[in-house]
Amino acid sequence: MTKVSARVLPVLTTLNTSFWTTGREGHLSILRCQDCGAWLHPPAPICPDCLGRNLAPQPVSGSGVIESLTINHQAWLPGDAVPYTIAIVSLDDVPDVRLTTNIVGADADTVRIGTRVVVLFERHDDVWIPLFTPE
Amino acid sequence: MECLEKRALISGIGQSAIGRRLSRSALDLSVEAGLRAIADAGLDRSDIDGIATGSGYAVAPGASPVFTTDVKEALRLRVNWYAAASDSTQMSALINASMAVATGQARHVLVFRTVTEASARTALPTVDPAPRVEGPMQWRTPFGAHSAANWIGLVAARYAHEFGMTREQLAWIALNGRRNAMLTPEAVYRTPLTMDDYLAGRMISSPLCLFDCDVPVDGSVAMVVSHVDTARDVRSAIHIEAISGPLYGRDTWDQQPDLTRFAAADAAKRLWARTDLRPQDVDVAQLYDGFSFLALLWLEDMGFCGRGEAAAFVDGGARIALEGELPINTSGGQLSFGRLHGMGLVHEACVQLRQLGGERQVQGEPRVALVTNGGGPVASAVLLVRR
Repeated sequence: MTKVSARVLPVLTTLNTSFWTTGREGHLSILRCQDCGAWLHPPAPICPDCLGRNLAPQPVSGSGVIESLTINHQAWLPGDAVPYTIAIVSLDDVPDVRLTTNIVGADADTVRIGTRVVVLFERHDDVWIPLFTPE
Repeated sequence: MECLEKRALISGIGQSAIGRRLSRSALDLSVEAGLRAIADAGLDRSDIDGIATGSGYAVAPGASPVFTTDVKEALRLRVNWYAAASDSTQMSALINASMAVATGQARHVLVFRTVTEASARTALPTVDPAPRVEGPMQWRTPFGAHSAANWIGLVAARYAHEFGMTREQLAWIALNGRRNAMLTPEAVYRTPLTMDDYLAGRMISSPLCLFDCDVPVDGSVAMVVSHVDTARDVRSAIHIEAISGPLYGRDTWDQQPDLTRFAAADAAKRLWARTDLRPQDVDVAQLYDGFSFLALLWLEDMGFCGRGEAAAFVDGGARIALEGELPINTSGGQLSFGRLHGMGLVHEACVQLRQLGGERQVQGEPRVALVTNGGGPVASAVLLVRR
């Protein structure tokens, strides 16, 4: 299940490129303030906690938990392969950051809130989209 | 704290034809609603010296097709003050107009909200198939989360997980709206809707089905906001007791610390801080139902019930009915009346306070009405009073 056939890709910018491309190296990365340790997502040019500008993408484990999920049945774009599962996933080692994503590689009725998941990437051109699958 | 919005009142209301596809221009609908509001106030267009509208974050086709300057030009108004609110709550035009009359920038402000989302959808694909996406949508659309139905579906699913909300409970927002719309001649959907119909409704993004999603329409709603000193010169005086539209939390659907706590809670807290009135004083409420679930959040965030109790509060539909303890969405809400992006709910609150509701009129001469808009990352609320 859950293959969104018509992926709309992000415009890559100086701020977001690390998030959307470090899947090439097989891991997820999140922007982090090197001064105070705060995680920034979505990426921003300044740390909202300490206002520091010493920010760098940091590799994270890519494992986490499904906080919520919805089965989308509506084809919003021509070619959408419905139904597919959209989820909000929290990351084990990145407090206060959640990702809206898809759950793939599992039947919809086997995943639920609380299911542990791990990241995998789907490449489209120069973008590595982080998706999640049950551990 | 002096709350200057108390110096503003709604002196007139007007509504254009409302429909799924009217084949009329947005400006045509806007001036129809505007002129009706001005006439309803007992004023002449020469009395209008301010004009405001708002798009409220809406970027969808037909979501905000008319500028203040378009209406000003069509009616040859001479305005001392004008403003459109783009980065704003749905209610910001009303907030801005209240501030304009309170500070003397204008005396009678024409506020309007026009949508042609029904026509726009027939002319365009459901979603603009842009090859790449920027800004906040880049965190959603790559995952097929194109619609607010998906984002709010996620919130509703989490809420159901935490508090045990069932589809049969959530249904009552839609069923209550429909039974009120059946008594409202201008509403878009007026055929009966049963629980069986609802439960058989096509699923959009679980747990939200088709009947949980509001209906895009063509139409315009307008009101005149006047200074309280003019109360004797105008035909009706619905006082703005308190109005609020704060933005404290993360402006996203997925980053807030509590996934079922949004700006509705902040707007509610700030609203009640600006008045001596309390939730038990509210006689009728128009709770934003762009998606049914948002009305549940508003019920508990406004203090009509406790945290996690909103689904039980609406269960069976008796409490929220016209004759119930808290009648809500008396003209059908956005689910059945049509989506005027919140301002239609302000119009209906005035109708109820002025006892012009006909078959859907709440009995007992309602004196205090609450209107809420939005409820997710963006939210606003107003308390209206007939003195």
